[in-house]
Amino acid sequence: MEKPLTQNIRTDGTAIDLAAYERAGGYQGLRKALRMSPEEVLETVKRSGLRGRGGAGFPTGVKWSLVPRGKDAPHPKYVVANADEMEPGAFKDRFLLEGDPHQMIEGMIIAAYAVEADAAYIFLRWAYREAAVRLSKAIADAYRHRYLGKNILETGYNLEMILHVSAGRYICGEETALLNALEGKRANPRAKPPYPQTVGLWGKPTVVNNVETFCNVPHILKNGPDWFQSLSRTKDAGTKLYGASGKVKRPGLWELPMGTTAREILEEHAGGMRDGLRFRAAIPGGASTEFITEPHLDIPMDFDEIKKAGSRLGTATLIVLDDRTCPVGMLWNIEQFFAQESCGWCTPCWSGLSWVEQILGAMERGEGEEGDLEILRQQTKFMAPGNTFCALAPGAMEPLASGLTYFQEDFERHIREKRCPWKS
Amino acid sequence: MLSPEERREIEAELPLYPNKQAVCIDAMQIVQKHRGWVPDEAIQDVASLLDMAPDELDGIATFYNRIFRRPVGRHVLLLCDSVSCWVMGYERVRAHLMERLGVGLGQTTADNRFTFLPNVCLGACDRAPVMMVNEDLHADLTTEKIDTLLEDYK
Repeated sequence: MEKPLTQNIRTDGTAIDLAAYERAGGYQGLRKALRMSPEEVLETVKRSGLRGRGGAGFPTGVKWSLVPRGKDAPHPKYVVANADEMEPGAFKDRFLLEGDPHQMIEGMIIAAYAVEADAAYIFLRWAYREAAVRLSKAIADAYRHRYLGKNILETGYNLEMILHVSAGRYICGEETALLNALEGKRANPRAKPPYPQTVGLWGKPTVVNNVETFCNVPHILKNGPDWFQSLSRTKDAGTKLYGASGKVKRPGLWELPMGTTAREILEEHAGGMRDGLRFRAAIPGGASTEFITEPHLDIPMDFDEIKKAGSRLGTATLIVLDDRTCPVGMLWNIEQFFAQESCGWCTPCWSGLSWVEQILGAMERGEGEEGDLEILRQQTKFMAPGNTFCALAPGAMEPLASGLTYFQEDFERHIREKRCPWKS
Repeated sequence: MLSPEERREIEAELPLYPNKQAVCIDAMQIVQKHRGWVPDEAIQDVASLLDMAPDELDGIATFYNRIFRRPVGRHVLLLCDSVSCWVMGYERVRAHLMERLGVGLGQTTADNRFTFLPNVCLGACDRAPVMMVNEDLHADLTTEKIDTLLEDYK
């Protein structure tokens, strides 16, 4: 099978340089795009069916089409790569950035051309030190070879690209909070509408896409939308970086057709559970998604199908729970993260998440009380989508709500036995 | 006072953004690179350079996890405490580090060698448990591995 996203990634851990990237067909997608009109590029991406790989799955071409274009459009316009990747359990973008930085840069230039942007920012999390070094070099090389800067490849198109290394907060991954962070402010989310496509960075039209999304774009331009559709097993087009962490035999990351099942990922690629352990459940797409269990493992992992199992594709990097790990402890860890990383902008989030985290902590310490489960269930409703300013708290409630369903007996044992049954 | 080098590095960032404030997070990271942390006087100086109020800049500094507003040791040890690392033995690794370093999370060793901090997901979940020491990522941690690698940081 074809693996366009990872075809250039070397097994020795080094990054492919510009010359090797070009020899492998790199920047051909950009050259082709620059011979087309921005409108034609946008239509090509639309027809490909590419959906955003950051987790929400919004159609990429549609997102780009909301940016005002033409001679009356406001300028400067911006394209931003969301390379924050702080969702616990997610590690796919690091792999792409470290192994093949030019791929994302090329995708960003094509996106910028399609929306007629003037500048592109890469918003990179600080912990990705190696990615920062490699991206800096790749950007400098791209400037030297006229893929960036003034009059790109003699076409008259100009684009500046800037690497911004952030100072760390999970909320920076929320696209409007990211814009505030880039502007040198606290990364509180902004009210939508207006959406960033019309009022974004410094009030100007802005497109924000995930790293993996941009990485797909050069291949779509080079090979066409029909080819992109053909890579998938389902109606969601393309390949997908799937991953697995937890007590499986071979934790890792694999580029597979969109729609690969969780069972194939876990059993064939991750090698199944470690000896002596059994699969109990998994969070399919980072810490903010609902658990799936054994009956869901044969559902294709794409945006729509996984929804039918009551979860979300998210980042498609599975976190596996085995039968000897306490689900209450796991959820406590997850909710501690969300409570700490709440930006504090709205009361249900900063207050509610702290309450949830404290209740789960008390249960793990053997201090759980009758009525705790009811409070937790209420909180999942109070912090449901629409009740908070952004998606952080609703995301935090997804694993908890599903955990309360699948692990009710485990919660009740904690309260009844006044201890964590997994601790001796 | 900002050193000439700090000032030069901060000023080099200014053309990359449409206004001065946008440079403030980079500026504090530049100060931290040189001094290990961001003291009050640096907040004053950076704010002045970027036409911001010191209080406003401090409010931004305290929002971000990676800006240190208190002194740190020669090496900053960040232990990932997120879910994949937790599943793979975070608590065991934390206990071992606390024993070896003789300090708890958030503290600096008496010899000023290490500051031991918790850190949210380091994005290496397939190699959990993981930690960073300064800019180096260390993965697949075991107690034996920790003992060996701590010796590399004098």
